[in-house]
Amino acid sequence: MGSRDPVIVGIGWSDYPVVPELDAMDHHALALRRALADCGLEKSDIDGYMCAGTGFNSNVDDAPNMAEYLRIKHRWIDGTSVGGSTFEFYVQHAASAIETGLCDVVLVTYGSDMLSRVGRMLGTSTFSSAATRVQGPSGYESSWGNVLAGGYAMAARRHMYEYGTTSEQLAEIAVGVREFAGLNPFAQYRDPITVDDVLNSRMIADPLHKLDCCVISDGGGAFIMTTNERARDLAKPPVYVLGSAAAQSHWTISQMPDFTTTAAAQCGPEAFARAGVRPEDIDTIQVYDSFTITVLLLLEDMGFCEKGEGGAFVDSGVLRRGGKQPMNTDGGGLSACHPGMRGIFLINEAVRQLRGEGGESQVPDCELAVACGSGGSLSCIGTVILGKEGKS
Amino acid sequence: MSIEGLQETLGLRALPAPDNASRHYWQSAAEGKLVVQRCTACGVHQFYPRSLCTACAGETEWVDASGRGTLHTYTVIRQNRSPAFAALSPYVVGIVELDEGVRMMSNIVDCDIDEIEVGMALEVLLLRAADDVGLPFWRPATG
Repeated sequence: MGSRDPVIVGIGWSDYPVVPELDAMDHHALALRRALADCGLEKSDIDGYMCAGTGFNSNVDDAPNMAEYLRIKHRWIDGTSVGGSTFEFYVQHAASAIETGLCDVVLVTYGSDMLSRVGRMLGTSTFSSAATRVQGPSGYESSWGNVLAGGYAMAARRHMYEYGTTSEQLAEIAVGVREFAGLNPFAQYRDPITVDDVLNSRMIADPLHKLDCCVISDGGGAFIMTTNERARDLAKPPVYVLGSAAAQSHWTISQMPDFTTTAAAQCGPEAFARAGVRPEDIDTIQVYDSFTITVLLLLEDMGFCEKGEGGAFVDSGVLRRGGKQPMNTDGGGLSACHPGMRGIFLINEAVRQLRGEGGESQVPDCELAVACGSGGSLSCIGTVILGKEGKS
Repeated sequence: MSIEGLQETLGLRALPAPDNASRHYWQSAAEGKLVVQRCTACGVHQFYPRSLCTACAGETEWVDASGRGTLHTYTVIRQNRSPAFAALSPYVVGIVELDEGVRMMSNIVDCDIDEIEVGMALEVLLLRAADDVGLPFWRPATG
């Protein structure tokens, strides 16, 4: 173990899921304040900053704007913006900056007033009108009325065609995550659901039903990373970044090279190799659940099961509360919150579990966690392995 | 989605803004011809049009596409909050794999939704949407 090994020392959330009184800036500020309080660092200790704008706030919430708004005196900044997985990419980038000494304390903030400001448009709209011409690669999709949910639906359809995956197996993912949402007082939807409830919910884009799709909410979060050495006199034990990797296969869904395989097939094994652990060693899985199919593909691609066997894997109960590798223990995007880019919640929940702060949803003897984010349309994947102990 | 209905609603669709690499593609489609790029160095076809071959960074030329392909995957859009498409729901969005090996997104038209299945043979239908833009749609192959 080295003195500059990267660790996560502070986590914080703003409020979710429905917070009309907060705008995006308020979410950033509130989450920052709570993350500082969580670890005992002062705002003036921060010398690195990472942030990505929501995309619907005229860029006033992008990295340079937010660094000014929050008055972060940084010597290192990164505004990488790859959709929901941005924060898994951030852990990789920040770990490298900290290890190499470019900065000592990195703050990551996120804030979104998507539900209150924009409404439930993200998954089921074509972001264009006949009045304006569509620039760039979206021009090869917009004219045919695809929606975000449709892209994931086409991945699900192809997976069903190639491997016989069923709607019941996808539904099981939503049912298991909802059970954890029932234990999270802040979750957007908490009542238990069954596989039949999912199958009987309205079809949005075949074969994905309403309950195969994540919620749309408001929300925000922050986490703070520093060195193993700096963490020694802070409020809580550090969580170690044991391995991280990121990759991209496409951006627009029609350019996806293989509709049943994501870039997690590259960055998943890379992250595990860097951490020196295997998927079967993981105690809790925090995986991006924009849609049920997202979960299935990422689990397969990371190596939790063979390609095509995701359906049987989720059916085995291993991901459920009380299972061997409980998944999305905060209720996930499927039930708890999804303000547009959910990746930060995966990191924070993994840290909460590794600290043993999970309350009713605490995973027993939790020492190793994986957070795997998907951004764009199954496009940009980041995998992060976190541990209660550093590398031996 | 019938071809008549398609023609009536064509004006509701957002159209692409051709760029240097794609101008010939969209213009050809408006004139009833489907073309794709092929690398002059490595021979790989690609779609969408770009200013380089994504396989080898070589230069590309235009070749006529056969206009035939198969359905790689699809979905039925049941809900689209955008006004242009709300009235058209439900409709089929699919990924068509052309005989040249490239894939494109389109609508599968001129057949019942129930007839649609992965792997079905398709043929292109090009509709002029503006002077500089034609849109390819795909329907079940005849013969």
